[in-house]
Amino acid sequence: MHELLQLDASEAARRVRDGSVPAEHLAQAALAHARATEPRVNAFLDQDEAFVLEQARAVDRDRAAGKALGLLAGVPVAIKDNIHVLGRPTTCASHMLRGFVAPYDATVTARLKAAGAVIVGKVNLDEFAMGSSCENSALKQTRNPWDASRVPGGSSGGSAACVAARSAFISLGSDTGGSIRLPASFCGVVGYKPSYGRVSRYGLVAFASSLDQVGPFARSVRDIALAMKVMAGRDEMDSTTVSNPGPDYPAALAEDLKGKRVGVVREYFDRVPDRSVAAVCEAAVQRLKALGAAVVEIELPHADFGLHVYYIVASAEASSNLARFDGVRYGLRAAAENGIATYVNSRGEGFGPEVKRRIMLGTYALSAGHYDQFYGRAGRVRTLICRDFAAAFARCDLIASPCAPFAAFAAGAKADPLSMYLCDVYTIPSSLAGLAAMSLPAGFDAQGLPVGLHLAAAPMADDLLLASAHALEQDLLADRTLNLNRLPRGLQG
Amino acid sequence: MAMDETTVRHVATLARLKLSDAEIARMAQDLTRITDYITQLSRANVEAVTPTVHPVAAHDLWRADQVRPSLPRETATANAPESEQSFFKVLPVIE
Repeated sequence: MHELLQLDASEAARRVRDGSVPAEHLAQAALAHARATEPRVNAFLDQDEAFVLEQARAVDRDRAAGKALGLLAGVPVAIKDNIHVLGRPTTCASHMLRGFVAPYDATVTARLKAAGAVIVGKVNLDEFAMGSSCENSALKQTRNPWDASRVPGGSSGGSAACVAARSAFISLGSDTGGSIRLPASFCGVVGYKPSYGRVSRYGLVAFASSLDQVGPFARSVRDIALAMKVMAGRDEMDSTTVSNPGPDYPAALAEDLKGKRVGVVREYFDRVPDRSVAAVCEAAVQRLKALGAAVVEIELPHADFGLHVYYIVASAEASSNLARFDGVRYGLRAAAENGIATYVNSRGEGFGPEVKRRIMLGTYALSAGHYDQFYGRAGRVRTLICRDFAAAFARCDLIASPCAPFAAFAAGAKADPLSMYLCDVYTIPSSLAGLAAMSLPAGFDAQGLPVGLHLAAAPMADDLLLASAHALEQDLLADRTLNLNRLPRGLQG
Repeated sequence: MAMDETTVRHVATLARLKLSDAEIARMAQDLTRITDYITQLSRANVEAVTPTVHPVAAHDLWRADQVRPSLPRETATANAPESEQSFFKVLPVIE
């Protein structure tokens, strides 16, 4: 592997800006590395070398012409394949969108490009972002770089795997119930779900609009902050983005943990079936304490209903959002005898099993006679969950928990849909309340697989969350016995 | 809550989703298990609780009513399975 790929994005961009590393060299290194690792990882759905190199050369031309280069000058960035990149395919890993070419850039893509980032490709996901292992992709099976027999997590499995594999410095994912945080935990990278409203969803294919949020993956909190500085902020194309421009994310990292209060729900740790996973998370909480934070026990009495609420709300919103795939304006059109049959047949042929299940569940939950029992009640319990968090954040600044009950599991191990849904038990409640949340690599389980610590902060407290995570990360990295920055073992040799 | 195949067929019609007989049988099983699980929500006391439909308090946003450039027609129809001139071409919906 080229030594340039060991740098973080902030340092790589600095070298491109000062001319010591041409953007084209960086792009060539990333492409060569992807060629070598993709047979084992399988993260990319689209990687066009000419497209990648042309962006890099444009950065080098700008530099030669004396133009000021952006914060991500020449940095290779991968994009989850449900976010538009002009002129490149957007498949959502579905047969439904095979051949679809994005007619415009998502706002996040446009902002990354404006900062000089080089888009190195589109990466795999569970079909329409519905899943927790990336196995629901209709196009490709992405593998965990730490162990090729295991899943990378989902839905943003390609985004997590390509950063862990060093084929991209930063990637974008989308998180509806844990789709950034779970794969980040499984692949040993940092995955950030910003507060709802911080980052534009324009150009993200909608799954559940009251929950969806675009966010970055990276190998360090510093790079997450850099990506947030570039991407976040009001977008007039997405009315749910907040008007407050937000903090200066990289500058906010200077804040330390002294005097911060970290809330823990005792049962979240006790309930984890794999004790080596729980031990990693408990050790991380002890580190927070040693760094000056106070640990307080909190209760979230309604959070155990989070999964129930989520599968009603997300499926209901999905059934409505996915109504647009009707074989008329884009996407697959199946043979049919009339217009209505075109809709029915195209959707039947284009969507895979999990997407069909969610559409069916959502349609049922919204249908006459069931609305009050399901969607109506779910919205009320969502209020109770939001109130629990509001009460908790009166007593603490952050909430720490395991990100998942286990490390990456074997491909095929969770064939039953309900057991797959249970992977997201720790990530979902914060999505329902629009919190800022992340998975931070905290160590390794008994089998040597990465374990992520889940950290959450109140809505719009992104600066506090990133600063706290950064302080903990520096402490973890300083511990040589952990060797947290080691190369995934699936890539060694 | 048992979800029978008749109900599954009805919901599939509402969702405009073609399912094979095998898919319907599997869907009935899966949705029975999933709805059994989610109906545990009935244990939560929601009396006098207003629903949350969105995590951020929504409010109307205004801008000047001015015409702006939009996606060109040929771009908008470029991904269509079938188009003619600048129109999406479909089979008759009304006989």
